[in-house]
Amino acid sequence: MINIQIDGKKIIADEKKCILEIARENGIKIPSLCYHSDNSPKEGCGLCVIEIEGRKGLFTSCGTYPEEGMIIRTKTPEILKVRKTNLELLFSQHAEKCGDCIWNNRCRMLNLAKAWGLHINRWEDRKKDYPQYDFNNVLTFDSSKCINCSNCVETCEKQGIGFLEIKKEGSFHVVTPSKDKNKDCVYCGQCVVHCPSGSFSGVDPSLQIEKEIKNNKYVVFQFAPAIRTSIGEEFEMEYGSVVIEKMIAGIKKLGAKKVFDVSVGADIVTIEEANELIERLTKKEKLPMFTSCCPAWVKFVEFYKPELIPNLTEVRSPHIVLGGIIKTYFAQKENIKPEDIVVVSVMPCISKKYEIQRKELKGSVDYVLTTHELARMFLKNKIDLNSIEGEPRDEILGIPSGAGVIFGSSGGVAESATRTACFKLLNKKLDKIDFKEFRGEEEIKEATVEIGEIKIRIAVVNGLLNARKIIENHLREFDYIEVMSCPHGCVGGGGQPVPTSREIRRKRSEGLYQIDENEEIRIADENPIVQKIYKDFLTDKNLIKKICYTHFSKKEKEN
Amino acid sequence: MKTDIIQKLKEANLKGRGGAGFPTYLKWESVLNSKAPKKYIICNAAEGELDLAKDKYILENYFKEVISGIQIALETIDNSFAYIYLNKKYSSLVDKELLKSLNITLIEEDTGYIGGEESSAINFIEGKNPEPRKRPPFVSEKGLFNMPTLVNNVETFYYVSKIAKGDYQGERFYMIVGEKIKGGVYELKEGMSIREILKETNNYLDVPFYTQIGGGAVGEIMIEKEFDNLVSGEGFIRVISYEEDPYQLMEKWAEFLVNGNCDKCTACREGTYRILEMVKTRKLDLKVLDEIFLTLEKTSFCALGKSIPTPFRSLINKVI
Repeated sequence: MINIQIDGKKIIADEKKCILEIARENGIKIPSLCYHSDNSPKEGCGLCVIEIEGRKGLFTSCGTYPEEGMIIRTKTPEILKVRKTNLELLFSQHAEKCGDCIWNNRCRMLNLAKAWGLHINRWEDRKKDYPQYDFNNVLTFDSSKCINCSNCVETCEKQGIGFLEIKKEGSFHVVTPSKDKNKDCVYCGQCVVHCPSGSFSGVDPSLQIEKEIKNNKYVVFQFAPAIRTSIGEEFEMEYGSVVIEKMIAGIKKLGAKKVFDVSVGADIVTIEEANELIERLTKKEKLPMFTSCCPAWVKFVEFYKPELIPNLTEVRSPHIVLGGIIKTYFAQKENIKPEDIVVVSVMPCISKKYEIQRKELKGSVDYVLTTHELARMFLKNKIDLNSIEGEPRDEILGIPSGAGVIFGSSGGVAESATRTACFKLLNKKLDKIDFKEFRGEEEIKEATVEIGEIKIRIAVVNGLLNARKIIENHLREFDYIEVMSCPHGCVGGGGQPVPTSREIRRKRSEGLYQIDENEEIRIADENPIVQKIYKDFLTDKNLIKKICYTHFSKKEKEN
Repeated sequence: MKTDIIQKLKEANLKGRGGAGFPTYLKWESVLNSKAPKKYIICNAAEGELDLAKDKYILENYFKEVISGIQIALETIDNSFAYIYLNKKYSSLVDKELLKSLNITLIEEDTGYIGGEESSAINFIEGKNPEPRKRPPFVSEKGLFNMPTLVNNVETFYYVSKIAKGDYQGERFYMIVGEKIKGGVYELKEGMSIREILKETNNYLDVPFYTQIGGGAVGEIMIEKEFDNLVSGEGFIRVISYEEDPYQLMEKWAEFLVNGNCDKCTACREGTYRILEMVKTRKLDLKVLDEIFLTLEKTSFCALGKSIPTPFRSLINKVI
């Protein structure tokens, strides 16, 4: 630790942190756009510049590290002046398409422009005619909004995908999708949450959903585990706030007839997946078994590593399973025609939009909304989650076990499956329910779980480059591998609110484990709703196969 | 022997001929003294400045001497490997068989102006986007593949070989261009004034004129009363008569810079583009220009961005 001064304030600083981070931790605001704490400093936008006593010129605070005795100023008239010019120049390229931007009302560009009284249309937008790319009706990249920070390119590279590239076109460098036939987008959506200018977004189905509601369809919403600790951010609540009843009330106000919890689907998935794992372990075949509830990971395997397709668990993902249950079990129970039911999944994810288009899964779920798309529907309909009165959950498919909730964090699927496997194999109440070795933000976690005679070697991975490392170097060392594409799992998903950071993801995750801890029922098999479904409905092997299982196939380049 | 050549470079007071003018012996010493399993030598032949072609001239006429300079560096620095980072347009000027036999790797590039900056060059050779790196670390400590790297210009290597042979008397190359003069590349003494050089090479116009010194795009404008200044930086002189259209010249600079920068920094990417727009329409808003100039100087990451205001500001102040 060293001593520095920022704007007259004496600070003891960690020399491994950049000056921008140190200033922010000490309550000194420095504006920035291209800096993202997950990535290397880009030093391009020119907003975070500072002055260092005794040195000529200005320096980027994102790319400059403190030295003993450094005296830093962040608000001289010259600094304020050049920041303004740079922001006006950023607006001079960026087409302002604010209406449907994922930054909703938290756009840093616009908020700074307002605070500084800038003329954002001083110049005609240089990129106004730049193209919009559509990736399979799942994800779009509107390059007219791009401010050349290259965070998307680094993010895509760090996923081991490298689909987004910087190329020179005419006089300018532009971000473009790769034409390389060996590279394809897997729709993880990390570009969406790492772009400061809203250039990337999921394809938003909210207008179609509004139409279904208007046409008196029986619209059912189901929300994913990771939504409950992130949607509050869109309403300026603390990171990690648990928002369930208020969100349900908001969704009902939009016109949904029922609101169910995807975590109930997760409980069913856990039971089936544990069965499959035990079966494969017994037969010693198709090991290691990989989880397959992350569609970006599935697409990664199908495109980049098709030889591993047999290793994916064939159990469908939680919202697809629950969507199937809604259109069969629930429909029968309530006496509604399945074709009148419209299922909308609210997911923290972009790739789920891709998943529902897969022909082998078609029909279970009709639309996927991301967290920020749902928030935008709320904003549009003047629904404020701070003030709305909460509504109880729809019990029939609305109350999960704690295990179903932690699916939203990296390690949650492994922990949930381990609880169930122990429960099944030992056939008694468990002494140990917490498997903390699977929790936390580390990108690769490993543990061996001993259940009686059986030893299961488990790895938990988040990030596709990390998955690639495990596949290429350590495949045979494990029996069961959970892979999630996004950092820290679905809490860090591409459909989650912006901004995102390690700290924010950690708080969202902690919120989920908090729910689990407070839950009386923490093992999927003990969930009475699930027990009832198995008792009354999922009694036949073929029906279970139809509703809960799927298959995969090699994919060619789609984008 | 190793300290011998460095001592000679020091005594000869040779400064890098890529434009920055850093004492050559200091670069050599730094790379020599860095501890690393491998070291790299790069002969920078990217020559991307507007209208500059003195490295081309040297490659055409003195290729063997340049190679000999590189070989001296290879002998001086243990475990070193050499690259020639060559402007693709100069491809035909190098003897590829010879390079192969000497184990010198040829990298041909068409990255434009910023690609010639030494750390951009290193990024390009590593397969990355050719944009400048942050310093420190300096490339002499951590350069190509993170190893100490000596980057010298073609002309510098040429003079290294002459110094080793005891053949150097403080010469350098000058490139003179202009619509109304013959111009060309000349090898003359270092430290001559603009007037002396133009007179000695018969390029001194008999009608009123001004000059641009030190670089075809970012060089500063010097008018008649400054003709006794010495020519430093790149040995480049542009001779411009007052009859020529200064806007056309600015347009040429701006086009070149918009095309040749790396587009990393807002001010350089967007600000330079707006300068181009203004000079194209012949409508200079001096207040806006001042804002852009200040922002370029203060918030550009590299020396190119910081130097962009120089030619425009000096032309506007001294000529228009």
